[in-house]
Amino acid sequence: MAEHILMKGNEAIAISAIRNGCDGYFGYPITPQSEVMETLMEEKPWETTGMVVLQAESETSSINMLYGGASCGKKVMTSSSSPGLSLMCEGLSYLAGAELPCVVVNVVRGGPGLGTIQPGQGDYFQACKGGGHGDYKMVVLAPSSAQEMYDFVDLGFDLAFKYLNPVLILADGVVGQMMEKVELKPMKPRWSDEFIKSTFKWATTGKTPDRKQNVITSLALDAAVHERLNHKLQLKYKQMQQEDVRFETFMCDDAEHVIVAYGCMARICENTVELARAEGIKLGLLRPITLFPFPTEEINRLVPQLKTMMSVELSAGQMVEDVRLAVNGRVPVNFFGRLGGIVPSPEEVFEAFKKEIK
Amino acid sequence: MDLKDIIKPENRVYAKTPVLTENVMHYCPGCSHGTVHKIIAEVIEEMGIQEKTIGISPVGCSVFAYNYVDIDWQQAAHGRAPAVATATKRLFPDKYVFTYQGDGDLASIGTAEIMHACNRGENIVVIFINNAIYGMTGGQMAPTTLIGMKTSTSPYGRSEELHGNPLKITELIAQLDGTCFVTRQSVQTAAAARKTKRAIRKAFENSGQSKGTSFVEVVSACNSGWKLSPVKANEWMVENMFPQYPLGDIKDR
Repeated sequence: MAEHILMKGNEAIAISAIRNGCDGYFGYPITPQSEVMETLMEEKPWETTGMVVLQAESETSSINMLYGGASCGKKVMTSSSSPGLSLMCEGLSYLAGAELPCVVVNVVRGGPGLGTIQPGQGDYFQACKGGGHGDYKMVVLAPSSAQEMYDFVDLGFDLAFKYLNPVLILADGVVGQMMEKVELKPMKPRWSDEFIKSTFKWATTGKTPDRKQNVITSLALDAAVHERLNHKLQLKYKQMQQEDVRFETFMCDDAEHVIVAYGCMARICENTVELARAEGIKLGLLRPITLFPFPTEEINRLVPQLKTMMSVELSAGQMVEDVRLAVNGRVPVNFFGRLGGIVPSPEEVFEAFKKEIK
Repeated sequence: MDLKDIIKPENRVYAKTPVLTENVMHYCPGCSHGTVHKIIAEVIEEMGIQEKTIGISPVGCSVFAYNYVDIDWQQAAHGRAPAVATATKRLFPDKYVFTYQGDGDLASIGTAEIMHACNRGENIVVIFINNAIYGMTGGQMAPTTLIGMKTSTSPYGRSEELHGNPLKITELIAQLDGTCFVTRQSVQTAAAARKTKRAIRKAFENSGQSKGTSFVEVVSACNSGWKLSPVKANEWMVENMFPQYPLGDIKDR
């Protein structure tokens, strides 16, 4: 029987990294995710799997450590929270430009600025629409449970190496801090240097006489070459949209209204759906698991049967823009959000929903 | 006796190291980068570590170092090379990892990264080219620009009140317990270049012995940025740069 352990979402990230063959974690302390590095340091994986764990001097440094580790074809990751992610945006742009795989976890708190250490979802734009400079995208996974925190580390590495692109796990303070039962999946060993050398021909594993030098760079001063590089990146992002959209629906089959929510808000809105159903209102829930690529097609499929949609977020309204783009004016798209780290109850969401459909 | 009789392997006293590529360097005539590149390539060849060496290139004129030294390279964001090198070395502990950085890259935007990598004693080599100016962006003031020196962003000369003082970062680095070898060299004469080569060789050997961070500053000429001929630039460097940045080993343990 599989092993189950009660743990925090943040701890699940750390344990999953060790158990899924991660080669290196580089991080900087910030609330509400410091348990990730604390757990790793306590577990001492360098004595078991050989995984490197290092506390960097800043988030700027830790993301650039990922650049070095990823250049070597290694499975590297970091975690942080909102202000730290702002510092990492430069590095993320370079990682995307140089087509390097890595996993970055953002346990989102309230902003802007130093904001609050309470949960938030105000980094959706930063995660999905850029953050750093240039035309790049990341695969953005939105876990809503400690189990998904655990599972998405492995999934994140799979997608990062499939696309040679950074993958962002966009969690929130609730998912990071809450304790739940987590099923530990079978361990995956770290890749050997021989495997990396023979599989990732682009990696800087040391130039041998049988091949040309490998150079990891995002620089291309020739305009035509640089445009070709950008087109190649865009094709990759299109492929993500075709092959790796992930979502879950709850009571959507006969729904006349659908709430779209991710992360901790999706868990809360499940209860809102149950409250509505008890009053005979046909409400359903769409939970995007990938925020990029966004489940645009699923919304498109649902719209003909709907009267309204509503995006519920711990933000001033960010994902709602993608919902509106998908709906394209065919039904009203409402919004309900709380700010400052306030997490609304299912009842509060239900009241807001009823007010909108009156 | 024709040329073919003279140029026989047994008569040869010098050959370009195969670790240098055939690419024509983009550096200005008189620039020190080419000489330092050649020295690094020769050291890599002599130590037989071409397959085990990974270079981290900076942002600046030497961003294209990978076009000239035939090893695997990672091109880092401005100032971040020591962080990039840290992970590379820790994940490939049997490799020789070095950063190649200019004064703007290392001593301005990348001050935090270089300080902490050196303080952790990462087993890497740092080659620091100090020519007291931003060459690639067209001659702006650098942290190492001398007082009174005219640049495009200090057109009336660097003033202490307006711009602050030239940063002796190498002396700061030498204070850090993680460093094992900190030296300042130059390449304006054959004798100086030979000394620099000995220093760079020692730095790579230290890395192989896991002694900590080895840091080699090369006080360099940027004749285009300084708006001097190559010969005058070297003279100016000896007269003005060396008093501010005295040559020699600062730390060797």
